[in-house]
Amino acid sequence: MNSSKEAIIAAIKKNKPDLLPLPEHPEYPYEDNLIEQFQSSIKLNGGTARTGEGKAAIQTYLQENFTADKQVLSLVDGITGNFDVKNVQDPHELEHIEVAILEGDWGVVENAAIWLPEDKIAHRALPFIAQHLIVLLKIDKLLGNMHEVYQKINVADSGYGVFVAGPSKTADIEQSLIIGAHGPRSMVVFLME
Amino acid sequence: MKATPTHAAAAEEFLKDEERSHWHDDTLWHVRSKRDVAAQKIPEWESLRTTASQIKDNVLSNLDQLLLQFEKNAIENGIEVLWAKDADEHNQHVLRILEENQVKNLVKSKSILTEECGLNHFLEDKGYDVVDTDLGERIIQFNKQVPSHIVMPAIHLKKKEIGDIFHEHLGTDAGADDPAYLTEAARQHLRQKFIQAKAAITGVNFGIAETGGFVVCTNEGNADMGTHLADLHIACMGIEKLIPRAADLGVFLRLLARSATGQSITNYTSHFHRPRPGKKMYLILVDNGRTNQLGREDFRNSLKCIRCGACMNTCPIYRRSSGFSYGSTVPGPIGSILSPGMDLKKHSSLPFASTLCGSCTDVCPVKINIHEQLYKWRQVITKEGPSQPSKKWAMRFGGNVMSKPKLFDMMGNLARKSLSISPRGFVYNSFNAWGKHRELPEVPKESFKEWYRKNRKQ
Amino acid sequence: MKVGLFIPCYVDQFYPQVAIASLELLESAGVDVDYPLKQTCCGQPMANSGYQEYGEGPAALFRENFSEFDYVVCPSGSCTLHTKDHIYSGKENEPKVYELCEFLTDVLKIKELTADFPFKVGIHASCHGLRGLNLAKPSELMGVEFNKPKQLLEMVNGIELIELTRKDECCGFGGTFAVLEEAVSVGMGKDRIKDHEEHGVQVITGADMSCLMHLEGILRRDKSPIKVMHIAEILNAKVSKTQNQ
Ligand code: SF4
Repeated sequence: MNSSKEAIIAAIKKNKPDLLPLPEHPEYPYEDNLIEQFQSSIKLNGGTARTGEGKAAIQTYLQENFTADKQVLSLVDGITGNFDVKNVQDPHELEHIEVAILEGDWGVVENAAIWLPEDKIAHRALPFIAQHLIVLLKIDKLLGNMHEVYQKINVADSGYGVFVAGPSKTADIEQSLIIGAHGPRSMVVFLME
Repeated sequence: MKATPTHAAAAEEFLKDEERSHWHDDTLWHVRSKRDVAAQKIPEWESLRTTASQIKDNVLSNLDQLLLQFEKNAIENGIEVLWAKDADEHNQHVLRILEENQVKNLVKSKSILTEECGLNHFLEDKGYDVVDTDLGERIIQFNKQVPSHIVMPAIHLKKKEIGDIFHEHLGTDAGADDPAYLTEAARQHLRQKFIQAKAAITGVNFGIAETGGFVVCTNEGNADMGTHLADLHIACMGIEKLIPRAADLGVFLRLLARSATGQSITNYTSHFHRPRPGKKMYLILVDNGRTNQLGREDFRNSLKCIRCGACMNTCPIYRRSSGFSYGSTVPGPIGSILSPGMDLKKHSSLPFASTLCGSCTDVCPVKINIHEQLYKWRQVITKEGPSQPSKKWAMRFGGNVMSKPKLFDMMGNLARKSLSISPRGFVYNSFNAWGKHRELPEVPKESFKEWYRKNRKQ
Repeated sequence: MKVGLFIPCYVDQFYPQVAIASLELLESAGVDVDYPLKQTCCGQPMANSGYQEYGEGPAALFRENFSEFDYVVCPSGSCTLHTKDHIYSGKENEPKVYELCEFLTDVLKIKELTADFPFKVGIHASCHGLRGLNLAKPSELMGVEFNKPKQLLEMVNGIELIELTRKDECCGFGGTFAVLEEAVSVGMGKDRIKDHEEHGVQVITGADMSCLMHLEGILRRDKSPIKVMHIAEILNAKVSKTQNQ
């Protein structure tokens, strides 16, 4: 029925070399100061990470940086926005979101990658379509490197999951780094106890 | 049909604009330097490369089983899986999906595979509106070019040229070339395209056999903007892009962005396992010559490539001659070992576009022995490629002379004497490529052998 | 320990002073060294052009010439690499092949030299020696720094070694590449020279005369005051500043 599949599989069988072993993953322990390392990593990616503050700081940040006429969508308990995601069926309705506030599952300090599975973002489009992104991350969710985070998560648990490590960016014009390509123009992470 | 120019001819053309060639070289060297800085921060860098290479060795030796496992899991996840023997079948699959779903406009994120298959042209000819959404790809799409680099598609263009292109296509101010201004214009333009698109095409960086999902990496967020708004997502994947386990991503993601641009990771690393409720996700698995390459023992591990582009950035020839001089979808060192496998005749000059310096091999995150494969392709091409009787004769003659000490000494003497008595015009005529910009060595009065006979072995 | 000196064909013909310096260096280190007179070439030019089979005649002759030696030593990284890869197979009864610098640092374990060379010197790291023979740590690889030619040059009196911006980029020689891809080859050579020039280098040195011949060709055409010298000439040098000028 599927002749191409059969042809490809047959060609591989004929052409592949003898089986070579799949190596184990070596462990590379990571002991650096996690908070500081996360902050410097995200800075290189074009974002910022603040620490030593509570949720009130996020509310203040919102007031200082966004006027009341802008759409604010919060998925974090205790932070109030003005846009209710519950009624949204079609992600196109998110088109004018100014800022989204999300909570990350895990943060990786070597590169500031934050794991956002589908159930933490309401709509897959949200972390991208919002003009600005705020992420709350618990300090005890910080891990050293990518090997550690893949021990913690099961990528197949959710239909979609993404590591977000900073705002959208590009360097496609003469290698000049520009923050704000197609996704958020800024990303601030609040690291909290 | 016009014959493809050799790499040397195309490179010479590019080098005529000395300033541009230097600028191109500097820009890419800068990227290579950033890669060095990023790699230096990882004490286990070399061991990661070894592990990545071994994982890919396993994948290639078990590709059939892994593909079947991958397909089974993907189908269970609700992904429709299609197989394509070649570029044409791949394009037909895409066309059929679009027709079935009655979609006319689509957005596309970066995929070297669809370049390889010529998908854009194929669809445009059939009246589809295909919008490339990676900024670099959009620029060259406007400019009717193909990517000159697999990671930085528009690296050959200067901002002034991009300003002109945007002025023409997006109505930006004439003469404006500020990258921030131009990027903003593209953002506004493409946002509308994302909102309108009914289908999104992406490439695949990694397919995960054990979970039946796949990973797409971008910095711009364009793959996600496209797929999460459109009703259908078509992912195009070369069959070699597989990894056995999700945890292998830990190894590959640590290497990929650092090797590519010196970033620790791309800002978005998206893992797709199931379509959105009520929406569709297709995955096309493409062979297009890959199983043939798998059968070539000396060249098969070119299929380990994760398309980071580091071998291009480090290649002193690529940097000075630009991607177009290679005349192949994937340029640079890796392109020079992949392309002859696709069309030996057309790409027969590529394995010679190298000094065999080996920098590509040492920079490659999956340890492909690129320069050794270039050497091996040369051996193949002199036998199976276009014939070059005069070169062949010269080489055979050389081999003969060098097998016979007396003849060799005589020829050497002759060469030295004739060089020292010949008029400059004869030695440096226009056929003499060495002498165009270089002097020949000054001729000594005696060879070392002659000196040795006199001074050590009377 | 019997050492056979292998002098690449173009060094024999065009750069006898490099061969003499290599020989004298080995002799002054007390090595029992001989130069088999029937030697020609390792066959690399044919092999790198895609005609490995025409290199087989020279290779057979090579094996015959050097069969009675414990070591083959050669003042060229590129030819050494080719010899190791294509003439020998690493078997027990074969002579061990060393490039001159690594023979001095690794086998003879030279700790001091009597050479004088009061000039500003830039090192050209030829690729085959660098990446093929591991004469130094290539900049692409991560790990502990080492550099055998530099280690030797640091033993020379009065020398000032100059750091470059791109310390190990290819010069563009590449054998037949130099004529086949003339434009790129010369472009690469000029860029290398510029790096040395900008750092005030007076003499460019290296362990491969072929790369230096290419650079010298450009330097002389452009009437540059910069000179090239093989590393053996510097390690064996007894010049004072006035003599050289
Ligand atoms: S061959 Fe290696 S260095 Fe080149 S693009 Fe592929 S993975 Fe990157």
